[in-house]
Amino acid sequence: MTKVFTRPKSLTDKPFHYCPGCTHGIVHRLVAEAIDELGIREKTIGVAPVGCAVFAYEYFNCDMQEAAHGRAPAVATGIKRVLPDRVVFTYQGDGDLAAIGTAEIVHAAIRGENITVIFINNAIYGMTGGQMAPTTLIGQVTATTPYGRDPGKAGYPIRMSEMLATLEGSAYIERVSVHDIKHINQAKRAIKKAFETQLAGKGFSMVEVLSTCPTNWGMTPVEALKWLEQNMIPYYPLGVKKEGK
Amino acid sequence: MSKVLMKGNEAIAEAAIQAGCRYFFGYPITPQNEIPAYMAKRLPEVGGCFIQAESEVSAINMVYGAAGAGARVMTSSSSPGISLKQEGLSYIAGAELPCVVVNMVRGGPGLGGIQPAQSDYFQATKGGGHGDYHLVVLAPSTIQEAVDLVMEGFDIADQYRNPVMILGDGMLGQMMEPVEFRPLSTKRQLPPKTWATTGYTGERPRNIINSLFIDPQALEEHVRRIYQKYEEIKKNEVKVECYNCENAEIIVAAYGTTARIVKSVIQKAKHEGINVGLIRPITLWPFPTSTFEEWTQREHVKAFMAVEMSMGQMVEDVRLSVNGRKPVFFYGRTGGMVPEPNAILSEVKKVIGGVSR
Ligand SMILES: Cc1ncc(C[n+]2csc(CCOP(=O)(O)OP(=O)(O)O)c2C)c(N)n1
Ligand code: SF4
Repeated sequence: MTKVFTRPKSLTDKPFHYCPGCTHGIVHRLVAEAIDELGIREKTIGVAPVGCAVFAYEYFNCDMQEAAHGRAPAVATGIKRVLPDRVVFTYQGDGDLAAIGTAEIVHAAIRGENITVIFINNAIYGMTGGQMAPTTLIGQVTATTPYGRDPGKAGYPIRMSEMLATLEGSAYIERVSVHDIKHINQAKRAIKKAFETQLAGKGFSMVEVLSTCPTNWGMTPVEALKWLEQNMIPYYPLGVKKEGK
Repeated sequence: MSKVLMKGNEAIAEAAIQAGCRYFFGYPITPQNEIPAYMAKRLPEVGGCFIQAESEVSAINMVYGAAGAGARVMTSSSSPGISLKQEGLSYIAGAELPCVVVNMVRGGPGLGGIQPAQSDYFQATKGGGHGDYHLVVLAPSTIQEAVDLVMEGFDIADQYRNPVMILGDGMLGQMMEPVEFRPLSTKRQLPPKTWATTGYTGERPRNIINSLFIDPQALEEHVRRIYQKYEEIKKNEVKVECYNCENAEIIVAAYGTTARIVKSVIQKAKHEGINVGLIRPITLWPFPTSTFEEWTQREHVKAFMAVEMSMGQMVEDVRLSVNGRKPVFFYGRTGGMVPEPNAILSEVKKVIGGVSR
């Protein structure tokens, strides 16, 4: 019998710890497939975030560094400057990338740092128990916006891709979603393209992936995918936000 | 090699380059700005890389990444900037990465001032960031010694996979002295960096640089192992200078710039027929505890006195080392005020008057 579906070489055998229906697992797989297809695992160094993906270093079958909360782009900068011929990527949640690590991501992009960033936007802090993220939608109920996010008190959700796309140093930025097969395939193409951007030495690349957190959204996995499609995509429109030469 | 006249900060930067440092990540703050400026000019000449980071937080995390990738890397700052670097330093110590960090201390707390101080002693020697860890802290008192210690600091960092801090102050950074860049007197056998994340080709186990241990028992084991390493460091790396201690009635403990001033106090005291000794810790961590212990055994030593540019921080380690065997006094100036030789001398006389009464 021919095997038609196997685990990517760039993933270890370790089972994911993510909640049932959480899309972190899908995105891990997409990143690993892209690395496999480009044949770059041997020269890839990943940087894991603080957040639900904190154990990413146990799953990606390449050399990995664990960064402090939000600092992954700075850590990746250090690695890439020492090893410019390697492929360096960070994997970061929205609390990590868009709150505590805003300065690090903005300035890595401004410097045109030749790294690839996989940005998981699930509109909430997963790991610490469902608090408001900078990406939490207006009206969305979280542990720290129990009456729904009120922009008068808590400000507005941040569109990181659009913001980073305005910067001279960013080379490729796309927002994708993983709520159905069609979009998962698009996400895969975007992730691969982001790595190709780095391989071509073009500069900073980022893929923002709209993701679910069924646990902290208080939904079933299927409801969560629907909620993403109906609520997140209108505020966070999909597509390429920046593409250089 | 011949001597060259150099400013302290620039000499420190050049020493790092001569020690093989090729990466520097920093953020401006007075009084250490000549270090990044020198690195920005020199590193491209030797095939290295300088980045002015967006903050100290970012700079120290770039250091973390570069050190993890196997490079010799340095950053420098001054007190408020070092406070921001504490997050990264705790992670670097936890992940056991080698690097050199220069702190040209200025007065604090808060924004404080820009004049020389020694008020970051606690922060440097007692951890500074969160968790159980230590930096190796080297405190030069001349520019030549700063050069030598920066060079050796990289070796110490690599040997033990631990961050090393060079604790200077604005005075040391800003003055000029003749220096020589000379080979290290001690040749160490440095372990190869087999742990570095350089790409997983299958020739070695997959490398993960990390400081996360969710299982408390595993974390305790990790910390205990790091502390075994600290025991080795304590055994092998203590550096201290004893000056004029034979026959001294009182021994002053001072480091860095303050120790230089105390040496001139000792000469003044001699003219007045008073015998004052100096114990100058060169490693502030590990602290030269046994040197203090030894001198407490001597009849002729009536008392110890710590002189610092702080409200009294190292004096706590002096007290622990003297351990009640002799009285310990303190004299300090702070906020960027440098103690006057005459003021120190009159404090010394007061102490001698008190203990011999
Ligand atoms: C300096 C610091 N502050 C706070 C935390 C606690 N913390 C851990 S994960 C997290 C939020 C992560 O959220 P996100 O990045 O959105 O990732 P997710 O868990 O949703 O995947 C926070 C605040 C920390 N580890 N370090
Ligand atoms: S808490 Fe949310 S983001 Fe974290 S693993 Fe569970 S579902 Fe995924």
